[in-house]
Amino acid sequence: MADSTTGSQTNVMSGADIVIQSLVNHGVEVVFAYPGGASMPLHQSLTAYRDKIRTILPRHEQGGAFAAQGLARCTGRPGVCMATSGPGATNLVTAIADAKLDSVPLIALTGQVPTRVIGSDAFQETPIIEVCRGITKHHYLVTDVEDVARVMREAFHIATTGRPGPVIVDLPKDIQLAQTVPDFDAPMTLPGYHVQERRARPEQISQVAAAIKRSKRPMIYAGGGIIASEASEELRTLVKKTGIPVTMTVMGLGSFPNADPLSLDMLGMHGSVYANYAVDQCDLLLALGVRFDDRVTGKVSEFAKHAKIVHIDVDASEINKNKPTHIPVVSDVRYALTELNKIVEAPDDLSGWHEQITRWKTEEPFKYNADYPDILPQMAIDVLCQVTAERDPVITVGVGQHQMWAAQFYKFRSPRTFLSSSGLGTMGFGLPAAMGVQAAFPERLVIDIDGDGSLQINIQEFATCFCEKLPVKVFLLNNQHLGMVVQWEDRFHAGNRAHTYLGPVDDPEATGKGDGRGPEKRYPDFVAIAKGYGAGAAYVREKADLRDAITEMIDYPGPFVLDVEVPYMEHVLPMIPSGMTVRELIKE
Amino acid sequence: MRHVLSALVQNVPGVLAHISGMLASRGYNIESLAVGETESPELSRMTFVIQGDDAVLEQVRKQLEKIVTVVRVVDISSQDFVERDLMLLKVAAPDGEKRHAVKQLIEIFRGKIVDVGPRELMVEISGQEQKINAFIDLIRPLGISELARTGRIALVRSGSKVDDEDEAPASN
Repeated sequence: MADSTTGSQTNVMSGADIVIQSLVNHGVEVVFAYPGGASMPLHQSLTAYRDKIRTILPRHEQGGAFAAQGLARCTGRPGVCMATSGPGATNLVTAIADAKLDSVPLIALTGQVPTRVIGSDAFQETPIIEVCRGITKHHYLVTDVEDVARVMREAFHIATTGRPGPVIVDLPKDIQLAQTVPDFDAPMTLPGYHVQERRARPEQISQVAAAIKRSKRPMIYAGGGIIASEASEELRTLVKKTGIPVTMTVMGLGSFPNADPLSLDMLGMHGSVYANYAVDQCDLLLALGVRFDDRVTGKVSEFAKHAKIVHIDVDASEINKNKPTHIPVVSDVRYALTELNKIVEAPDDLSGWHEQITRWKTEEPFKYNADYPDILPQMAIDVLCQVTAERDPVITVGVGQHQMWAAQFYKFRSPRTFLSSSGLGTMGFGLPAAMGVQAAFPERLVIDIDGDGSLQINIQEFATCFCEKLPVKVFLLNNQHLGMVVQWEDRFHAGNRAHTYLGPVDDPEATGKGDGRGPEKRYPDFVAIAKGYGAGAAYVREKADLRDAITEMIDYPGPFVLDVEVPYMEHVLPMIPSGMTVRELIKE
Repeated sequence: MRHVLSALVQNVPGVLAHISGMLASRGYNIESLAVGETESPELSRMTFVIQGDDAVLEQVRKQLEKIVTVVRVVDISSQDFVERDLMLLKVAAPDGEKRHAVKQLIEIFRGKIVDVGPRELMVEISGQEQKINAFIDLIRPLGISELARTGRIALVRSGSKVDDEDEAPASN
């Protein structure tokens, strides 16, 4: 906090100025903020700090909050979003819940009606703290300007330490306007928050090392905790030292390179056949920064049934929550792996296990019909990966089939390059998240691989991309449907279409009588929409044109939408149906 | 199994709402919850009585501890502890034989008559849950008109177990 002892500390400041100065003190460079009556003093302060903080105006508060998430997910630093009271605040709610489930450090600042009218159902009053209790890591309603500096300090501390998460600070307008001499170094009062204690004990580390040494078929199941704790290097060292194969959750993608022979890619419902086989057959499962989510485990009692389970996680409540653990370790994963790497020895002989895994990988890779005459969505991502991987892009996704195909077919190399709303599964995440990444890394290639359903949920953010000069690229896999729901309709509801076609209701597709491609005239016209917002855009349907179209997209100086026409009858495979086991895995 | 959890929490607005919301949204069944001040003005104590197996208890405890304003959680039922419940109750007690019977019961349970009306008595009684329940069962046929209980509160004993005569009627 050395930089906080500035001259301003001795001056009388308004509550709003204290908030913004706190953001500066905590290294915040970008804020996504949508103004309104109750947050105007904060915005006025932001203009006074414009040389230190860039304020980006989203076109919807949810877009702003997901942009803040995008920034947080790709940098590891807290993202900051701001909204006014009432509807402004409630529009943040989805992104806050999303940040909670994916452990993203997010600071949400909301204006609130003045304290004297709180509780009177005043204009644009919502008890946003009541709304957000269960979906934040912590929350504050500030009722005294003297508390502002301390609360902001606590908010950043809580959001970024231990298991990261969202913190909301609700600031009544009169508190924003009130004046005081702030103490930015005021001690925090958090007697119930003990992150420093969450470190593996030496005997736990020895126990894990011994289990590894004795194992014959060990597996690593790596999750978002590896990325959140910056333990990717330590994970790679562990694998190098022990030869243990790695599979990743959606949140863990990037923590270990997909191209490594010991990578088994993603596991779970739409994970690789080989990862799911390997977890089923392993005798030791090292669960690192994961939470045994139902989309990973299927029927949890059958998951890794033959394995001794080591579970390392910073959140004690995750241990034994979904799956009983043999060796529980409450610890920052990076700390635990650093200590483990000091003493760990490779198991005696993994050659048989490695051979088995190589056989599985060769026999049943992720695949699609390469002979299909037109562009399949899987192929589109495959080609996108070939053309762009060398540029070290950050990929964001919406939610649905395109998300899973991106997770399967884009080959990631480093952490924080694949951003996905994984726990909450929020459609509309891709575009605003990409916007946040671009704000953090103006020079980097940022691609939102999106679906036509997801894109329309936050499509208004094209305006932000254009006006704020954020040249994100949208790679739109357009099948005119809510593809994942269509897939479930096909598999579990005899193909009965129940409101999953996104075109006019009198089209045959609306009742499931389409030809598999959709009508010639696509709806909506995404190229026209993008151009209306000032972005570049192109449409592609021929296989032969795809590569050039991708090159045109990445070379375009501003935001760009590449509308890729794909058929809607493709299914994401393999698939383990919800609540089932690897034995029910669908391959065709 | 029955567990008694004792939590020290920061005495700030919204803590009770936060905790009860968490318990409800995760589907934990709480038999009793009592909240009150402690020796420190910064802290409140919450006492929970929970039915559930060890796995449920472990989750409840950890989810409570995860709440930032929760300072400490102890499963005091694994230790030697004293537990009390306070009840106020109005019972029909017209003059004569019936009033006499009521007064006798109150005396046996070491209750106190705190208000006397022409046709009713108000009784204060404290003790372990089972004792209170036993008293209610016995007095119910005489006609309870109103009843209020605080919920269980509990503290761990400092030294060796002392012979607490107050526990006698119910804990045998």
